[in-house]
Amino acid sequence: MTNEELKIKISELLPVATFEEGGEWLNINIEPADWLSFAQQLRNDSSLYFDYLFCLTCIDWKTYLTMVYHLSSTKYRHNIVVKAKLDRNKPEIETVSHIWRTAEFHEREVYEMFGVNFLNHPDLRLLILPDGWEGKNPLRKDFEDPVNMIKL
Amino acid sequence: MYRETQIVSDVAKTPLTGEGTFTINVGPQHPATHGVLHLVITLNGETILNIEPHLGYIHRSIEKMCESLTYRQFIYVTSRMDYLSAHINNHACALCVEKGMQIEIPSRAQVIRVLMDELTRIASHELWWGAMAMDVGAFTPFFHAFRERETINDIMEETCGARLTMNYMVPGGVMYDIHPNFQKRVKDFLQLYKRKIHEYDELVTGNIIFQNRMKGVGVLTAEDVISYGCTGPVARGSGVSSDIRKLYPYEIYDKLEFDEVLETAGDSFARYLIRLREMNQSIRIVEQLIDNIPEGDFQAKTKAVLKLPKGEFYQRVETARGELGVYIVSEGGTTPYRIKFRSPGFSNLSILNHMVKGSKIGDLIAAMGTLDLVIPDIDR
Repeated sequence: MTNEELKIKISELLPVATFEEGGEWLNINIEPADWLSFAQQLRNDSSLYFDYLFCLTCIDWKTYLTMVYHLSSTKYRHNIVVKAKLDRNKPEIETVSHIWRTAEFHEREVYEMFGVNFLNHPDLRLLILPDGWEGKNPLRKDFEDPVNMIKL
Repeated sequence: MYRETQIVSDVAKTPLTGEGTFTINVGPQHPATHGVLHLVITLNGETILNIEPHLGYIHRSIEKMCESLTYRQFIYVTSRMDYLSAHINNHACALCVEKGMQIEIPSRAQVIRVLMDELTRIASHELWWGAMAMDVGAFTPFFHAFRERETINDIMEETCGARLTMNYMVPGGVMYDIHPNFQKRVKDFLQLYKRKIHEYDELVTGNIIFQNRMKGVGVLTAEDVISYGCTGPVARGSGVSSDIRKLYPYEIYDKLEFDEVLETAGDSFARYLIRLREMNQSIRIVEQLIDNIPEGDFQAKTKAVLKLPKGEFYQRVETARGELGVYIVSEGGTTPYRIKFRSPGFSNLSILNHMVKGSKIGDLIAAMGTLDLVIPDIDR
């Protein structure tokens, strides 16, 4: 499907979603509360069939966080980007690791680097940071480490 | 004296603690993990119940570092991610910056870039082949692989000035023109490769002991592979078409003749065959281009200070290990606001537990070796 067709189809599935166009792929902004059911629809709808989550990450915008999911379909070869805005003080979103298994590791990475709490994640523990890590999340913009970080 | 191994029929329901289960650590320093990867393995007898990778021993926070480096500087850091595909990492970053700034690069630079990418892919697969054979107990193939690989490294050294972390591709083209000897030496390498490649099959592929250890081990279905986000030879070994060069062509790949190699068995041996055949496809690409390097500039004229417009840019390329994604979020300045590297190794590693759960510990090495893990690429 082209970006335009995807937009029409997705606004039928989730009327509250807003779109950003102009980029390479269609960007869809959703509320975190809608994410779990929306993700299941994206994965299972026969004309969308987004079975491949190829990138999952988070962006710290200083006043809020944005979760970014890049999805692709191995059957139709179309791509979309789904974004959800999270509260920076209490970031929470449902896990999608049972829909796309690759999300399990990627969510663990985002959990330790940005402090996002993935609800119902099967194994939400530190992955890269050492055991017993205390303090802030390294990829947040206000992270300070006077010993190991050299400011350029 | 060996105790008789308890046969565990239903691994998923076996508790991870209790009589007969124990835990061993493989790594962080272990020859089979090819780097500082730490695996905590729960076993019952010889049967693997669970594998838990512990990462971070070589985590340098490259993504954070890049936030304070300019678009000319950050490329140097990315060579240190997947150091066996350094050219291709640089290529991905250069392409992403060029996409944002809409720079057209000269055709000479495009051809040089593809040539370097394919030579890197051959070198990477050759190292993998040697190391894979060593993992399952054959030491000689390692030297055979290095004989050819060193030739490629010498070519790289002559043109790029480095053997491993080349930093050769920059936004706008390549850093210097190729060395006058480049074409001759690549042709010498092609001859050497063709003379020697049959040895690879004679030494390892046809060996019945090797085949017995590889066939039917670490079987992955196509659904698993897609769900876990595996790419590259791991996906193609299960019959999933995933070659970014074919699916989303970049540079001049859409004008070149080469095949995407696919196998359907999904076991370790299928992944092994994929990489061997991919080397031949890379040789095909090099042969098409080596006599057809167009004359002209090797770098487009760009401003000294690069500024990306506000927005988000994503570029995916095919490294020797799979799909590498570079995601740049720009606020319009000279440094990226946020950068994310979607590394192929990270997703490929995540399938390890699923792949070897329930099999014997001896099969772990034969299965893990075919994932072709490069730890700095996983940790970043």
